[in-house]
Amino acid sequence: MIAIEIQGLEKSYKTGFFRNKLKQGLKPLTLTVTEGEVFGYLGPNGAGKTTTLKLLLGLVFPSGGSAKILGRDLGDIDVKRQIGFLPEQPYFYDHLTPLELLDYYARLSGVEPRDRKRQIEKSLSRVGLTDSGKTQLRKFSKGMLQRVGIAQAIVHDPKLVLLDEPMSGLDPVGRREVRDLVQELNEEGKTIFFSTHILSDAETLCDRVAVLNKGELKGVGVVADLLREVSGDVEVVWSGAQAIPVLSALGARCHATGDVVRAVLPERLLDTAVDALRRNQGRLTSVTPVRATLEDYFLARIGDENPKVVNA
Amino acid sequence: MTGRLLAIAYNTFREAVRDRVLYNLILFAMLMVGASLLVGQISLEINRIVLINLGLTAISLFGIVIAILIGIGLVSKEIEKKTLYTVLAARPVRRWEFIAGKFAGLVMTLTVNALLMSVGFFAAVLYVSHGLGRVDLPLLTAIYFILLEFVLITALALLFSTFSTPIFSSIFAFAIFAVGTFSEDLRGFAQMATGMTRWVMSGAAYLVPNFAALNVISRVAHDAPVEPRLILLNTLYVVVYTGAVLTASVWIFERRNLK
Repeated sequence: MIAIEIQGLEKSYKTGFFRNKLKQGLKPLTLTVTEGEVFGYLGPNGAGKTTTLKLLLGLVFPSGGSAKILGRDLGDIDVKRQIGFLPEQPYFYDHLTPLELLDYYARLSGVEPRDRKRQIEKSLSRVGLTDSGKTQLRKFSKGMLQRVGIAQAIVHDPKLVLLDEPMSGLDPVGRREVRDLVQELNEEGKTIFFSTHILSDAETLCDRVAVLNKGELKGVGVVADLLREVSGDVEVVWSGAQAIPVLSALGARCHATGDVVRAVLPERLLDTAVDALRRNQGRLTSVTPVRATLEDYFLARIGDENPKVVNA
Repeated sequence: MTGRLLAIAYNTFREAVRDRVLYNLILFAMLMVGASLLVGQISLEINRIVLINLGLTAISLFGIVIAILIGIGLVSKEIEKKTLYTVLAARPVRRWEFIAGKFAGLVMTLTVNALLMSVGFFAAVLYVSHGLGRVDLPLLTAIYFILLEFVLITALALLFSTFSTPIFSSIFAFAIFAVGTFSEDLRGFAQMATGMTRWVMSGAAYLVPNFAALNVISRVAHDAPVEPRLILLNTLYVVVYTGAVLTASVWIFERRNLK
């Protein structure tokens, strides 16, 4: 089943003193997120990630297009019982304690009174705040507030969790904890849609990612497939410097250390390169695929004019 | 629906109660009543009149100031601090429920605040008059009208809060309160004008909230009765006017992009 189905969703803002200029915050976006997956929504600051989330959650209204969440149209307020949301840099009512805040949100989400206490305690314990449940939020650090933010997003046991930059402002330990929590939630069957510009987190966590830049979708697909698309290089190591000119002529980037030579070349040229080595008495040591990172893909895509879809 | 509305109202009330400014104002109001006692003792003949005028005016003005200062931030502060996102984004809360809950929460705060001040006020009256009797019943009517004032000004401050910044909202709210206090004079001027001016002035005079009709402080200070008809008309007026202002607030807020 599809968790999020976006069809040509777009948003334009009127700007300027006379509100006569039109700025496109999000160009028509078509995207689907399947139930049970961890979906990363990547893009540099100002790419339109938060705008997409606000459109999906009804905080801003679309200029065109449509979207469905868990099979129901935007504007169907009852579907929100099944959604958890962590805003970017969350702020909360700082006159409240985490226990009071979660009780307030649980009531708003319609959690049954008999389940309320248990769910509040469970979500506080999941983010490691059981001991701080009665401290006013104004005394909390940024990292602790982020944890409260995650607790409020899951207090009503939603099916779909939307996280806007969940790792921002966290130290490495905090980031690791959030990553583990996202994985745990996913193992419980929840769909996770999170926006981030921290690519290593997305690479570790996501089944699929979409890349957005300047309000436009630049690519979407399974992480491994995307990486294959930007790499496809192999590293060849051999002994025998006499083969260097031949391989350089093939387009390989060669680096020699004494008699040992390393060369990086496109995978399609591997057979030709190995033949050339044999002809020139080169002794092959190893052939290793060069692994691209999501950052390579990201940087390649944000400068690209045409979106790429790989098994989306 | 009721559960969500009450949760929002209670949270608004709790936020105000935990705000120390509110406590200071209550204390200040008590001091005002204390001062009125002092003035009352100096002027022997009119001690009760001065006490009632000063006491009720203090209750009214402090409530109005609180209503405006908190009211103007009810929506805009939530947008600015982004606390609204976690309420409206992923909870089944309708925007009108949020407006209604916020309104109810502040009215609840003001009512509790006014009741606490009234306790101090009646204690002062008891002290000066050496007893409370039927003659003091109109004082309750005056306090009821003060509460109606709070309802009206809260709705107006909330309306401004849905589309304007706190600074402009406070200017609008204080201005409309000042104009509304003189609304009967405005109606008098309109009667004296002619032609188009008369129509425009009459329209403006009837459009601004009639706070003058809700002020019976000086009347009850002189032990003049307040007719039941006025109680009924004022109640109806505030219900209808507040309903219209809240509807306008919801209309604006429902259409607003929460960027």
